[in-house]
Amino acid sequence: MKIIEVENLVKKFGNFVANDHLTFSVDEGEIYGFLGANGAGKTTAMKILCGLSAPTSGKVLVAGYDVYTQTEMIKKRIGYMSQRFSLFEDLSVWENFQFFGGIYGLPAAKIRERTTELLGRLGLESEKNQILGSLPLGWKQKLAFSVAIIHQPSIVFLDEPTGGVDPITRRQFWEIIYETANQGITVFVTTHYMDEAEYCRRVSIMADGKIVALDTPANLKAKYQAANIEEVFLKIARG
Amino acid sequence: MSPSISIKAVNITKRYGDKTALDDISFEVNRGELFGFIGPDGAGKTSLFRLITSLLIPDGGTLTVDGLDTVKDYTKLRKILGYMPGRFSLYQDLTVEENLRFFAGIFKTTLEANYDLVKDIYSHIEPFKTRKAGKLSGGMKQKLALSCALIHKPEILVLDEPTTGVDAVSRIEFWEMLNKLRQSGITIIVSTPYMDEASRCDRVALIQGGKIMSIDTPEAIRNNFGRDLWALKADDIYRLLVDLRRFESTWTAFPFGEHIHLSLSDKSIKPAEIALYLEALGHSNVHISKIEPSIEDCFMEMMSVGSGTGEE
Repeated sequence: MKIIEVENLVKKFGNFVANDHLTFSVDEGEIYGFLGANGAGKTTAMKILCGLSAPTSGKVLVAGYDVYTQTEMIKKRIGYMSQRFSLFEDLSVWENFQFFGGIYGLPAAKIRERTTELLGRLGLESEKNQILGSLPLGWKQKLAFSVAIIHQPSIVFLDEPTGGVDPITRRQFWEIIYETANQGITVFVTTHYMDEAEYCRRVSIMADGKIVALDTPANLKAKYQAANIEEVFLKIARG
Repeated sequence: MSPSISIKAVNITKRYGDKTALDDISFEVNRGELFGFIGPDGAGKTSLFRLITSLLIPDGGTLTVDGLDTVKDYTKLRKILGYMPGRFSLYQDLTVEENLRFFAGIFKTTLEANYDLVKDIYSHIEPFKTRKAGKLSGGMKQKLALSCALIHKPEILVLDEPTTGVDAVSRIEFWEMLNKLRQSGITIIVSTPYMDEASRCDRVALIQGGKIMSIDTPEAIRNNFGRDLWALKADDIYRLLVDLRRFESTWTAFPFGEHIHLSLSDKSIKPAEIALYLEALGHSNVHISKIEPSIEDCFMEMMSVGSGTGEE
């Protein structure tokens, strides 16, 4: 089943075409890498997929809902995490989960159950009363990811989730992403680390508002005769 | 002081309340060197750069730049420093050219007097010189910030995470610019969380948790890895990782793009033994090859030794 369906998505700001006839789909339970240079139009497209901005034209369905008319339904079915939008530093770990669970409208018993389950998976149960601001960055990133999936969304959007974290934590984070995808939650991720693109089932690469490549990492490397995705990316971005 | 030393840090400590950001670190940067501080967020890179630029005062230790003490001689020091902070801090509502003239003016010089110095970088954004700085793309802001840091002809250039959040292509362009600048003899210190950028530097310090784990040339750090390193591939990469972690002689196993990098606690193990172990577990299309460690492999090895993540 397709969890995201995009056909001829166009988004203009005045005369500037930020998204120029994007067509792609994301399968349920896959890890999809959304790559592109700065200014290629990734953020614009992500905002549309999250129901925060309306397209100029084209068809966009997320979790079966229309981004023109059903944005509130979309927001209930998605999770979102970025390095910038994170948790409240002056609340405890537990309070952060309570707060965001409440925002998503989960009943109190469900919030408790999910919080216990997610903290257990991270091995952080004993830290639940710690103030978030006192924890190491790597833990905060993992907690922010857990909060983004507290309501068991159909799809979770990760916007550069591993920026700046140490190389071991970065890899632990990807193991959590794998586990999440195995449970059927689709993962839509952007990153500037090209080795992370290899962990995705499929990746697309944007340039100047268009998707110029979309395939599995193995097929892209074969097509562009490149040793790794970084080389593919450089070949595409430099034209 | 040796005339060849530009920055000398002796037992520098910096605390914020009960948190120690920098824990008794010492290092020297030579004149004309391109020196990298490589480490994740929270390692202490920004604190260190603010100490070097005299914007913070250390809680312990001494720090000199070209013989000038960062606490006592800060007025002289600031004249010879070019600083590009991690956050874009130019005037968003001034144009590209106005920003550059402003920074030249602060240091009592002019754009014309030092145009040659910034020409290579500034020429990329000169066609947009009447555009407000706030309206520039990420890569162009970075070029303008570098031009502004250079316009007064500093002896030392301090660049705090200039490539964070910048795409792979712009990162390569930026390092090409630094490489050209280095040829003019200027001392450059640069911090980055991207391990692959280490190879662009003459020497690097690997920094983590307020401590320097290693200082050396990138080649020497790689040569000191101290273990054989193998790259493995198989059809089910996630199960491969899980099974390698259970292998008796595994020291560390980490995903690296499409491969798993495996280091062993027992040097006598042959690749054929690893292959046998994996095939017995039903893995197909197993490929094993010996590889040279990257800086990222070395960084993780040092972190593992430091924290006991490895299994020895």
